[in-house]
Amino acid sequence: MTERIHDEVERVKAAGASAPKPGRDPVNQPMINNWVEALGDTNPIYVDDAAARAAGHDGIVAPPAMIQVWTMGGLHGQRNTDDPLGLMLRLFDDAGYTSIVATNCEQTYHRYLHPGEQVSMHTTLEDVVGPKQTGLGEGWFVTTRNVWTVGDEPVAEMLFRVLKFAPRPASPDRSAVLRPIVGHDNAFFWEGTAAGELRVQHCPTCGRLRHPPGPMCPSCGADKQDWVVAAGRGTVFSYVVHHHPPVPGKQLPFVVALVELEEGVRMLGELIDVDPATVHVGMSVQLALTKIDDELTLPFWRPAS
Amino acid sequence: MTAVGETLPELSIDATPTFVVSTAIATRDFQDVHHDRDKAQARGSADIFLNILTDTGLVERFVTDWAGPNARVKNISIRLGVPAYAYDTLTFSGEVTAVDGDDITVSVVGRGKLGDHVIGTVLVTR
Repeated sequence: MTERIHDEVERVKAAGASAPKPGRDPVNQPMINNWVEALGDTNPIYVDDAAARAAGHDGIVAPPAMIQVWTMGGLHGQRNTDDPLGLMLRLFDDAGYTSIVATNCEQTYHRYLHPGEQVSMHTTLEDVVGPKQTGLGEGWFVTTRNVWTVGDEPVAEMLFRVLKFAPRPASPDRSAVLRPIVGHDNAFFWEGTAAGELRVQHCPTCGRLRHPPGPMCPSCGADKQDWVVAAGRGTVFSYVVHHHPPVPGKQLPFVVALVELEEGVRMLGELIDVDPATVHVGMSVQLALTKIDDELTLPFWRPAS
Repeated sequence: MTAVGETLPELSIDATPTFVVSTAIATRDFQDVHHDRDKAQARGSADIFLNILTDTGLVERFVTDWAGPNARVKNISIRLGVPAYAYDTLTFSGEVTAVDGDDITVSVVGRGKLGDHVIGTVLVTR
């Protein structure tokens, strides 16, 4: 598969630039007006002849960033058969990389355009890199270069990069929560949260507290366990802000903190009701038990009141 | 006199559904993910989201709001981060990073609820 992709990439690169594709309409005031109205751009050189001339232009000019708009395919647009990006999209669609996201856009404007000018665009395939493991899934970065011309004169250029990726199979149920695996060693902990207690394992032989629960004491090796009830107060020892990937039942981003309890052990948990930007090491937090259903109560943490 | 380190006045954009749809159409981008929430969600997005032409346009507006009508925009390079879904609020901030004669380079970040949505560099002369 990868070999077929490389062969096709080389073929399209070697074919060079696509034939120039003219915009549907020349640069025109109504489309400029729609743009400045939608984007809220009040720069007068786009709508006021006198202001444009005062700024040194030869009359009204189009916003430079509109360059791509003039050659967009429109509602029922079809790509030309020699369009390198279209060829690449089809190649990767067929190879199972069916999703697309734009990642980079670099536009260079050689001069401003005036209403009435007819713009055409041609495209070359610059580069294809992959397969890469990305946050979205395995994919390929496809980079094309567009050149806009008026007659033979290049007026603007654009380097455009998209990621064509294979979306991860079977999107998870985001309304669910991750449920703990409850076994012999940790049942007391989850029975505790359900009872409104934060229980910490305790060694009856040497007295050491430990978390997470385990069958033997790491200090003295005793294989007996009991537990004590923690006060539910602590400080943030360390934390991460989780942006990606999605986690069932979680709104992104969320904060996972390693909380150092007053009793001395450390415990991982989600820190809720907090702006991630304000979380810091040493922050005082308190337990926030949250009943999910009759069988599960999860321990969260929130800033201490 | 513009100097390196000068910061631009912030620009706040309410990305209402109306804003997302009207900018998509004004940029002649009729991809369904920019105007049809059902389709956007079926494709795995939380909602409709801003298109890239609008991002470039907003970055241009943000810089020329500051640079004034005499400025000439020479280059806009943007990198996309997290999506900007409908009902987000984007805050654009920027700083002059280089001055070379009339050429001014400005770094721009547009930040939304989910984090940095667009990170860019703009070259203007004035």
